[in-house]
Amino acid sequence: MTVNMEALLREALAPVEPPAALAQRLEATLVNLTEAAQEELDGWELSAMRDPRNWVRPVAAAVITATAGSALVALRVRGRHRARVEQSNNLRDFAERTLHDIAEEARRILPDR
Amino acid sequence: MVPVPPPSKAELDARFSDVYRAHLRDVYSYSYYRVGNHHDAEDLTEQTFLQAYRHFERALRESEGRPLRPWLIRIAHNLAANFYRDRARKPESAIEDAGMISAPHTTESLVEGREELKAILDGVQRLPDDRREALIMRFALGMDNREIARALGRTDGATKVLIHRAIRQLEEMVAEPAASLDGGAGGRA
Repeated sequence: MTVNMEALLREALAPVEPPAALAQRLEATLVNLTEAAQEELDGWELSAMRDPRNWVRPVAAAVITATAGSALVALRVRGRHRARVEQSNNLRDFAERTLHDIAEEARRILPDR
Repeated sequence: MVPVPPPSKAELDARFSDVYRAHLRDVYSYSYYRVGNHHDAEDLTEQTFLQAYRHFERALRESEGRPLRPWLIRIAHNLAANFYRDRARKPESAIEDAGMISAPHTTESLVEGREELKAILDGVQRLPDDRREALIMRFALGMDNREIARALGRTDGATKVLIHRAIRQLEEMVAEPAASLDGGAGGRA
């Protein structure tokens, strides 16, 4: 009886295919999540940090997102690039100074943030 | 020994994508048999993967290379428990689409077979929670004792006993109406 019952259970509890709409919706949500996270973290990847010119744009984008003042903040931060390079002891120090500048500029230009 | 650096975000996302593709049907099947309808099963599946995404890095680290399916099913299991607690309800009856399950081969046995399968599905829904869950994992998802044990937080031995008792109880439940009818005392429709 048990063998028969197991066979019947396999039939009765056949795997259920998820609806296509669910898969599409879920994949879109996950893609949005991963892209958002990736944009934020691209600036932290060491490989991307080797060239300091790569720094301002992605970090500013993550911190400031799409606000009207973001271009202005990025320009002002970029304008202090040389000073930060001279003041920094190493890449991490440079990164911290860049972030600090971005936050400071964003605070000044975008007071609501 | 040189410490292994943690995986990058891109690597984590790629691995999560693999896990998602490999187990979407498992999570959906589990959810469907657990809650009994497609609408709630979709919600449960979606919430399961979103929660899994949030905790994926830790799960990967703690799994030490073991399959992640039990972890996913455990998330679905916990969310389903919350679902019932929040809404203070149980599955209303048998699975909504019991008539859509795969049928036996011959026309004559088709009706008879479906009735038997419906009785089994009905019986599964009436089992105690832990026994029902174990049967869903075993027969809908094809999980082995070890995977089920991990998903339920039990030992392999306890899981083996649980499944054995679930099948025995189900056999008795399915046999009861037939016995009642044979005895002329009537029974469930």
